[in-house]
Amino acid sequence: MSEKIKHFPGEQLKNIDVKEGRVPAVRHRPDVKYLWSTGIAMSRFLEGLKKGKIVGSTCKKCDRIMVPPRAFCEQCFKPVDGYVNIKDTGTINTYSASYVAGDASRIKEPILVAIIDLDGASEGMGIFHLLGEIDDWKKIKFGMKVKAVWKPPEERTGAITDIRYFRPLQEG
Amino acid sequence: MFGKKRVAVIGAGMTLFRRTLKETGKELAWEASKMALDQAGLELKDIDSVVMGTAPDAFDGVHMKGEYLADGSGAYRKPYSRVFVGGGTGVFAVDAGWWHIASGQFDTCLVVGEEKMSSCYPHPAYAFTTIFDPIYARPLGVTLIWIFALEMHRYMHVHGIKKEDIALVSVKNKRNALDHPCAQLGANITVEDVLNSEMLCYPVQRLDISPTSDGAAALVLASEDVAKKVTDNPVWIDGVGWCIDSTFWTNRDLYYPRYVQCAAQMAYKMAGIKNPPKEIDVAEVYDPFDYKELHHMEGLMLARKGQAPRLTAEGVTQRDGDLPINPSGGLLGVGNPIAAAGIMKCCEIFWQLRGEAGKRQVKGDPRTGLAQAWGDLMQYGSVVIMRS
Repeated sequence: MSEKIKHFPGEQLKNIDVKEGRVPAVRHRPDVKYLWSTGIAMSRFLEGLKKGKIVGSTCKKCDRIMVPPRAFCEQCFKPVDGYVNIKDTGTINTYSASYVAGDASRIKEPILVAIIDLDGASEGMGIFHLLGEIDDWKKIKFGMKVKAVWKPPEERTGAITDIRYFRPLQEG
Repeated sequence: MFGKKRVAVIGAGMTLFRRTLKETGKELAWEASKMALDQAGLELKDIDSVVMGTAPDAFDGVHMKGEYLADGSGAYRKPYSRVFVGGGTGVFAVDAGWWHIASGQFDTCLVVGEEKMSSCYPHPAYAFTTIFDPIYARPLGVTLIWIFALEMHRYMHVHGIKKEDIALVSVKNKRNALDHPCAQLGANITVEDVLNSEMLCYPVQRLDISPTSDGAAALVLASEDVAKKVTDNPVWIDGVGWCIDSTFWTNRDLYYPRYVQCAAQMAYKMAGIKNPPKEIDVAEVYDPFDYKELHHMEGLMLARKGQAPRLTAEGVTQRDGDLPINPSGGLLGVGNPIAAAGIMKCCEIFWQLRGEAGKRQVKGDPRTGLAQAWGDLMQYGSVVIMRS
């Protein structure tokens, strides 16, 4: 605000009045559905997951093995040179324990999430995933080695959730 | 000078920032726009072009917000565009307003930011889950707070920064906001209050985060010719910058926002700034979370990597310090109606450089100020540098 301005507009509504329907309001809940085709590169990735493999793509010019895989290198803007399997082990780059779900509701048992730098990909090529088989999240450490825990083959659908979570490689 | 014409800010306006306001987004945009025009001493007929900034359509639930908000933004039968770069939108809208005039195409531009997050009811958090990649991210239930927690934790780990060092930002900004008449969350709190607040997503706690808000803010920009006719104290836009990083946010080290550095370098080069901490007198740095103020000070090269917490602890970033950061109270204190919050920061720099900030006025007659915002998927930086 400027000290020259004496009045600022805006009429606050109290949360309780909104909740209890004491203010004029109109409600609507849209029913919108989507079906996404998964594209050239991510289709390879999802097919790989179904077989228990993590697929990356390579760019020789930039000397990168990239995961998630892409059809083109965003740096040199050329098509990738090919697709390779990388390991389902890696190290924790960063992590968090969430007591909040997607709708901002609170949860008692925290969801453990991390960025995992996968072995066999270029340095710093991480993926986002969940952590599991950890009794106390305070035992998680930066740089901790982890390994993917896969759904059994018959339950896999070709989705990122074919990996249930990553667990610590050594207990503790 | 860059561009064909030098560009000035000649008026600013804003509404209250609150969790829920009765006014529609259109009405809020009109209130802020009208105030900015009145402050500039202009009428709508004097405006040649309009840039509107507003963040995800999902908040309002109206999937053409540019069109929805046009009348309230003063766009009736005028060249008009809506810009959108997530949280970076507010400051980027001013960048866009700058090129409307600097290009020589227009003499005036009204820049408006609006956000009505309360419409997504009961909480806009779920709308944020639709910003992620539908194939490899959304099936895992990823939320905005998770990814910020991951970034914050990485930043703390790389530099060995403690939560209490970061909490000082929240304490400072909420206190600064007590002097802002539009503020939603001005408060006197302590570091202990932050550390004892509800744990949401480690290391993010309740008092580390800005609120969801309704509000609008606006600026009037003018060419040098027009500005000199209508005001004795224009504030010049001497630098603009914007930059985006890859959308693969797990493929880069989150401890440092290189895209913010890139945007800042563009703006510093334009403004002829060689030594940012010495030459910037006051800055409004994007602070939706307390750690982001520190992270962004480093990206803006106002502090060396890992050193922003030390400057904060030493009081350098207080309103009476050598490099005041977020004298308005920032998003943590004034509130965070996303696109409007970025413009609120530009308004604050305008008022600070004109010496009109009242109780919030920083010491020492500031001549050069910076406003910055951050957006999209932790990948976008937008910067404006102003001089009186």
